[in-house]
Amino acid sequence: MKRRKVDLADLPARSAGEIDDRLQVASPLRRLFNKVFPDHWSFLLGEIALYSFIVLLLTGTFLALFFDPSMQDTKYNGSFIPLRGIDMSGAYRSSLDISFDVRGGLFIRQMHHWAALLFMAAIVMHMLRTFFTGAFRKPRELNWIIGILLFWMGFTEGFAGYSLPDDALSGTGLRIASAIMLSIPIAGTWVTTSLFGGEFPGHVILDRLYIVHVLIIPGVILALIAVHLGLLVKQKHTQWPGPGRTNSNVVGVRMFPGFALKGGGFFMIVFAMIALLGGIFQINPIWLFGPYKAAVVSAASQPDWYVMFLDGSTRLMPAWEFRWHMFGNYYDIPPLFWPTVVLPGILTMLPIFYPFIEARFTKDKAVHHLLQRPRDVPTRTGIGAMAVSFYLVLLVSGGNDVIADKLKISLNAMTWAGRIGLLIIPPLAYYVVYRICLGLQQHDREVLSHGVETGIIRRTPEGRFYEVHQPLGPVDEHGHGELPYAGWVVPKKMNRVGALLPTLRGFFKPVETVEDVENEQSSNAPVSPAPSRHHEIGTGGRS
Amino acid sequence: MSTTTEHDDDFDVDDRSLSRFDLVREGARRDGVEIVHYAPKFPVPGTKREKRVVRTVALLFAITGLAALGFLISYIWWPYEYKSGFNINKYYTPMLGITLGLTLLSVGLAIITWGKKLLPDEISVQDRHDQIVDQTERKLTGATMLNMVDELGIARRPLLAKAALLGLAPVGALAAAPLVGGLIKDPHHPDVLVHTGWDNKLTNNGQPIRLVRDDMTPIRPEDISVGGQMTVFPGIPGGNTNDYGDSPTLLIHLRDDDADRLRGNITGQVPANENHMYGNLVAYSKICTHAGCPASLYEQQTSVLLCPCHQSQFNILDNARPIFGPATRRLPMLPLDVDSDGFLIAKSDYQQPVGPGFWERP
Repeated sequence: MKRRKVDLADLPARSAGEIDDRLQVASPLRRLFNKVFPDHWSFLLGEIALYSFIVLLLTGTFLALFFDPSMQDTKYNGSFIPLRGIDMSGAYRSSLDISFDVRGGLFIRQMHHWAALLFMAAIVMHMLRTFFTGAFRKPRELNWIIGILLFWMGFTEGFAGYSLPDDALSGTGLRIASAIMLSIPIAGTWVTTSLFGGEFPGHVILDRLYIVHVLIIPGVILALIAVHLGLLVKQKHTQWPGPGRTNSNVVGVRMFPGFALKGGGFFMIVFAMIALLGGIFQINPIWLFGPYKAAVVSAASQPDWYVMFLDGSTRLMPAWEFRWHMFGNYYDIPPLFWPTVVLPGILTMLPIFYPFIEARFTKDKAVHHLLQRPRDVPTRTGIGAMAVSFYLVLLVSGGNDVIADKLKISLNAMTWAGRIGLLIIPPLAYYVVYRICLGLQQHDREVLSHGVETGIIRRTPEGRFYEVHQPLGPVDEHGHGELPYAGWVVPKKMNRVGALLPTLRGFFKPVETVEDVENEQSSNAPVSPAPSRHHEIGTGGRS
Repeated sequence: MSTTTEHDDDFDVDDRSLSRFDLVREGARRDGVEIVHYAPKFPVPGTKREKRVVRTVALLFAITGLAALGFLISYIWWPYEYKSGFNINKYYTPMLGITLGLTLLSVGLAIITWGKKLLPDEISVQDRHDQIVDQTERKLTGATMLNMVDELGIARRPLLAKAALLGLAPVGALAAAPLVGGLIKDPHHPDVLVHTGWDNKLTNNGQPIRLVRDDMTPIRPEDISVGGQMTVFPGIPGGNTNDYGDSPTLLIHLRDDDADRLRGNITGQVPANENHMYGNLVAYSKICTHAGCPASLYEQQTSVLLCPCHQSQFNILDNARPIFGPATRRLPMLPLDVDSDGFLIAKSDYQQPVGPGFWERP
């Protein structure tokens, strides 16, 4: 029998056909390839969070191979000489071993820590973007809530993570966490002794935190991210208003190859940044802190940045304790309860309900896919500014001892500044931001009706001077523009309306010509481009 | 979803006159996507500009390869063991960071440049299809769901519903029981939040407990200089470890005038602290009554003890009264005495619970 020749060129098509025979994936796959994604720099913030999480999973898996959460006392005899012979827990010893005796261990550990900081920072920035542009509105309330849960999951995960090495800093953090649990009325003592297996610190908490840190919370975060992204795909991404963009379409590029290339490349860049940070910038040098001992602490013991706002709220809290006598016993609500249990509770519930509160106040039940510019919704933007400034006062107060020390300010003055600032700055921020929004709105309207300032001063025959304004569109009999505000950037400079030559790229000398740029722009523009002009409009107005 | 997309049934995919892009556009159309603008970045092949972009991308991939090689070489051959002093081993981690960072950065830039500079310009518009609420669909689904209830016949057989509810309620508790039951630990038996390592009945068979340093050596009153302070631990096995995390104590030797002021502030003012000092020596719990950090920053000039965690400040000369910050309670005072060998001992445990407050604090 003659052997059949295998046609290599036909092979991909043949095997694709075989697969489709079995799985019927042709049309769902094509639908995925063709999914349209809108583009804006601010949409990348959530991606940073996602990519940092992937880096966290990768580096965390590596660390888990070498880490031992044991709290049993051992003597250190690794290669870091200053700590040799010192009693410490197995957790601290293995963290030191990862840092000094595992090849590349310190690098991975630092990457893991930096990625965690970046993860939380990206979540916060992504949340701000979503809030200020109104992306949380119907139908996306659920995804907004999942985002808030992701923040708190990341927060807990991060806290559990930096408690694991059992150095002096992390032990102090755990001590405070146990005090926070103790402050909860009625159940506090039971919750604390149950979690710690007795009195703080006990011998089991790190084993428990370890399983929480490597299995339970990562699992929850993964599940939440899956739903978060699933909803994003189902509901499709929001977009900014613009030419051709409506509430019932998405304008952008298809997922493959354009969007996927950008996303994949961006992942690599986020990964690269984390690698550079982890390699070059030291973070959490646990060998300098020594093992945790209940009697030892140092000044300037700050937690990771995302926990600092709660540290700040704790520092600012006045010494208020509620204590009363009832049924022959004393009962007590320690001051720690308010800034570390009640405040986070409020800070979780308020944003969770915010989309519904706003919809109720604005009587807005419509579905929104077009984003709003922050200036167009001054009340919301003001509320957001209020929240951000409240948070920032707490964050700064979390490091008030360092500020007091470095800037030679009284520590007590810093605390009082924080207490007063916490009450005064947020309403002030609301007012200022509200006024700025109105001012920006007004300027948009002014340019729409009177045109762009050209910088060209004309003198009339009577000797009157005036500035020539370039209308953006057709004008009425009074010379006022008739273009309505479209919810998007109004060009306010002449080069934005094509009057000036485009900016040429290049650091020392231009790397492109005017023709290059205009060709590029004309193919980018969704509207027909302005007629090409290769000279600038001068003050003489001779064009 | 053919229900949401109308497409031309006459479209013949086998028509040889159609270009591949015609097929792409038709496929997109069937997915509800209209490619409204599609133009190659470089309509004329081989321009200088195009070549420059291609060279850039190629160069970036070359850098990727070299940097990745650099990473592997440093990972394997760069000395990584810790050596004290200044040596090239210290650059192991930075080398890994720089080479891996460069690898990923250049591959990222290569991919993005490829995508942004070489791919055709495209603007596609996809319909959302979520504005029209299909009431028919909702009704049909609703009826299907209600029918499930009918099929189960709960309305007709109310007994079943109640029995199922009653029967399943304990199952829910059952799921939680092992977790709660396994973890639960009574905070009051033993009363761990009230007793510390200084309780000689619990920890030392009723024998008095000496104050010891971190190295477990006992202390004589004259061992601590006037104005000085020292962290002391209960002199019991493991007394200086975290097993007795609530027991670290700050022993302070006050100057005569300061000691007199403190005695004046104790007598008649704070009966609980009476007769707790030994000479000019006073011992306070080191565990902050706010959040449990060690309140360890002692400022001799002002006699203020500051907790570095949340800046609670305690006046040593006034029974460690909180004078600033979030703490509300005094640091408890340890009653001091000297045994027959002349070493400092604790007369008893602290009279108040040490450390952070809690609901049922006596």
